[in-house]
Amino acid sequence: MALKGYWGFVVRKITASLIILFAIISSTFVIFRMMPGDPVQLMFNDPRLSRQDMELLYERFGLTGSMWEQFVAYLRQLLLHGDLGMSFMQQRPVMDVLVSRIPQTVLLMVVAIIVALLIGISLGTIAGWRTGSRFDTAVITGALTMYGIPTFCMGIILLLVFGVYLKVFPIGGYSSPVSGLTGFAYLLDVARHLVLPALAVTLWYIGAYILITRNSIHDVLDQDYIVLARAKGLKESTVIRKHGLRNALLPVTTATGLYLAHALGGAVQAEVVFAWPGLGLLMYESIIRRDYPVLQGAFLVMGIVIIVANLLVDLVYGLLDPRIKVGGG
Amino acid sequence: MEGGKKVFKLLKGLQSFKEFSRLVMQHRMGIAGIILFAIFGFIAIFAPFLRTVDPMRGGLPVNILEPPSSQFWLGTDNLARDVWSQTVYGTRISLTIGFIAAFVTVGIGTLLGLIAGYFRGKIEEVVMRIVEYFMMLPFLPLMLVFTAVMGQNIWNVVLLIGVLAWTGTARIIRSQVLSLRERAFVEASRSVGAGDRLLIFGEIMPNVVPLVFAQGIVLCTWAIYAEATLAFLGLGDPNVMSWGKMLNLAYTSGYLTRAPWWVIPPIACIVLLILAFTFLGTAVSDIMKPGYREARGL
Repeated sequence: MALKGYWGFVVRKITASLIILFAIISSTFVIFRMMPGDPVQLMFNDPRLSRQDMELLYERFGLTGSMWEQFVAYLRQLLLHGDLGMSFMQQRPVMDVLVSRIPQTVLLMVVAIIVALLIGISLGTIAGWRTGSRFDTAVITGALTMYGIPTFCMGIILLLVFGVYLKVFPIGGYSSPVSGLTGFAYLLDVARHLVLPALAVTLWYIGAYILITRNSIHDVLDQDYIVLARAKGLKESTVIRKHGLRNALLPVTTATGLYLAHALGGAVQAEVVFAWPGLGLLMYESIIRRDYPVLQGAFLVMGIVIIVANLLVDLVYGLLDPRIKVGGG
Repeated sequence: MEGGKKVFKLLKGLQSFKEFSRLVMQHRMGIAGIILFAIFGFIAIFAPFLRTVDPMRGGLPVNILEPPSSQFWLGTDNLARDVWSQTVYGTRISLTIGFIAAFVTVGIGTLLGLIAGYFRGKIEEVVMRIVEYFMMLPFLPLMLVFTAVMGQNIWNVVLLIGVLAWTGTARIIRSQVLSLRERAFVEASRSVGAGDRLLIFGEIMPNVVPLVFAQGIVLCTWAIYAEATLAFLGLGDPNVMSWGKMLNLAYTSGYLTRAPWWVIPPIACIVLLILAFTFLGTAVSDIMKPGYREARGL
């Protein structure tokens, strides 16, 4: 490569990302063609359909010709027109279907991750500062428990306790049906529906953040510059805040990048338990109903988000860390 | 001579294993994990003797959705099947899947990690690119799709976990191998003419065994989690009554909120079994940290 230094690094990273993107596009295409069942038969299980009608339908959904011809046609549509095809079940463009579901998942995950960040970092910092104390043991045990419990189990527990027995929150959905609420009352209604699914998701992230922060703080506090800061006679809280936390938060930032990258596909369990109409529930429904184009589109969107997020993290790291520039990725 | 050396190695291995289990027992989370694990192990082994019936066999219509009683310890489901028997037999399924899947996964991951780390060059490049590719994929959605493609049975679930989850192990083993291959004892062996196979399996592999063991526990937890989730989402083996499947049936039949005796036992079991492995895994990784014993005077 002619390019050296940071720009060479950038070009290499972008090339690698494009290769992985192409691999994701082509492998999802192949996987979804391998799914059992003929979608046209599944959709229009109607003996009155003539052979010609069936052929028209196959053509409309891009199911004619060899696998290779189908793939080329798919790629052309995708790259030239940004067209992801038609949903088998909903009879409308996949793009529209996805766009109608993504905001709900983003809302759920962003709320869950922000809450988890605040609580997880606070508890993790105190635990890491007081390693070996009773507080530390309690927090670690709690964090491992939250981290270990599958989200769907947590969801069912919350649903039973707060939705069914205490009846404080609605047991599912995005808003109350046919309530005719508008404005602030509607937002409040959505917020009430959001509480339980967000809680189910956030508890896992809280556990994860506690474990990351605690271990990171614990490691940082052994470093020479902390010893020096203490020796200078700085207050313990200043040492933690100014010198400890700032350095310990690097792994937390990396993890957050990763969590946000995977957020779109990360809420399947909670969305199914609470019938939260996001991308996860859409994928689940599409698998049950064999709606390949929707699944394929969802995978593509998730893949692009993950690849772009990873690329950004890599590029920022390359700027910050001189060793990467020299090492060449 | 060769035989004697092998016996010696085996004895040394046993010795360090005994030492290792002593340390686990002295770790608070380690002992909690072991006790929980022992209880589940007992239930799984003696399942037929624990007053159980065939978990899939439906009962009389009068017994549908009965709350717990002396006849049905944990009540019945919507087909009058015994929830206690389903819960007990579910232990077998979770543990079996956990162990086999972890074995397959760690096997694949360790082998590829060893090869990538030892040979470097093109092979390493290819393996690490595949790892990178897998890490770019949304995990649970991918599992759902693959199960739908491959068909829903218990071996496909195991295979799927093996195929999708080896990347973490491969990465960890590879980076360990990278540092091991430069160490003096490997160099020494190489200089007296040891071949690649002997170097990989004779010199390097024994040194990654503790790491492999720790990975095994992590992946066991993970496999149990994955199977329960897939089964809950209705993509498990339809002929096998696992804990996740019990919850799926309660959910899809609409009794999730009305028959707590049907829902609470599988949830409690999934949570406790995963915690058992999580605690055990934490204890093992704590113990493997350098300086653990010295810090505690053990």
